[in-house]
Amino acid sequence: MIIAFTATGTTWDAAIDPRFGRTDYILIFDEEKNEMNVIDNREITNVAHGAGPQTAQKIYEYAPQVLITGNGPGGNAAAILAEMNLKIYVGAGGKTVREAYDAYKNNELNTGV
Amino acid sequence: MRIAIASGKGGTGKTTLAVNLALYAAESFQVMLMDLDVEEPNSSAFIKGEQITEQRMFRTVPQWDSHSCTHCGKCVTVCQYNAIIKLGERILVLPELCHSCYACSELCPSQSLPMGEVPLGNMRSFVSGELNFIESKLDIGVEMAAPLISQSIQHADMNYSFCEYQFLDCPPGTSCSMITATKTADFVILITEPTPFGLHDLSLAVDTMRHLNKPFGVVVNRMGIGNNDVYAYCEALNIPVLASIPSKRRIAELYSQGKVLIDEVPEVKTAMDAIFCYLRGIQ
Repeated sequence: MIIAFTATGTTWDAAIDPRFGRTDYILIFDEEKNEMNVIDNREITNVAHGAGPQTAQKIYEYAPQVLITGNGPGGNAAAILAEMNLKIYVGAGGKTVREAYDAYKNNELNTGV
Repeated sequence: MRIAIASGKGGTGKTTLAVNLALYAAESFQVMLMDLDVEEPNSSAFIKGEQITEQRMFRTVPQWDSHSCTHCGKCVTVCQYNAIIKLGERILVLPELCHSCYACSELCPSQSLPMGEVPLGNMRSFVSGELNFIESKLDIGVEMAAPLISQSIQHADMNYSFCEYQFLDCPPGTSCSMITATKTADFVILITEPTPFGLHDLSLAVDTMRHLNKPFGVVVNRMGIGNNDVYAYCEALNIPVLASIPSKRRIAELYSQGKVLIDEVPEVKTAMDAIFCYLRGIQ
């Protein structure tokens, strides 16, 4: 399984960024390869409109099956994520990436938008 | 002469002023009043006119043709609004982000993004004596107000140039819709109430007008409530205060009944005299 996290930093100890479109980083964890990739999304600060779709576009390239985030994507981003066959887990704001991953493994996160 | 009636804060009396000023002017001139508060137009509550026309309004957004598309991605890079996303060999157009600029459509090497119409809302025109009244209203669920506002203004340019005075009842705030509604005006009247909240939002509207290099003046509504800070602010910044309308129960009663104030409340008539005198002076 390939899992995408919205995060405020680049490590397992970074906090989950509750925002989807304007998240600072996206961490892509490949469970099979046990490999973490980091997408630097900080330039999104300069984007006035359509941050959510831009972030969704970046995630698409990594073809994750799972997205773990906080508040959930907005309408435009959700329309794109819906094209990706992606399961979205929300409510991980306040956790670290590692805590959010554990919570996901224990079925403690809510699905959907 | 085109006069926009705007405000930073909502509920300060834009419609009250626009309607009464337009009817006052219509006693002596050919006048157009256009309600551009397209999310919730309400000037029509005060105008008893005969409906002349009604037309559907549209804007254009690109429609992707999957057969001719070569997946080059040029559309994605030229879009300044991030309204086009490429997922592998699929192109997704996000209509709510599209500003109908045609860049993707014109620059697509395979002409795979022809522009198609999507509905915005309705525009209706009425006549009441010497007053021509136009109301534009967004369909429920349509987010983008600016295209309907700019098309309505174009309609005024083409059809109402015979009117000596054109009054635009603008949307509140200082965002795209308010800027679109005010930017073709020869003069902008910012109406405010003399409260801290009114002053705060007035100052935002003043900054916006200065950015647009618009001549503008202030009308104070509900004079008597709040404090004198709005007057002090206008004096300090050399902004003309064209008139003040007092806070009176009678005005609220007439408003709630959808009635016009100029014939019933002498102070309102006096305020219209003062505003009109100012407008004639700057023509």
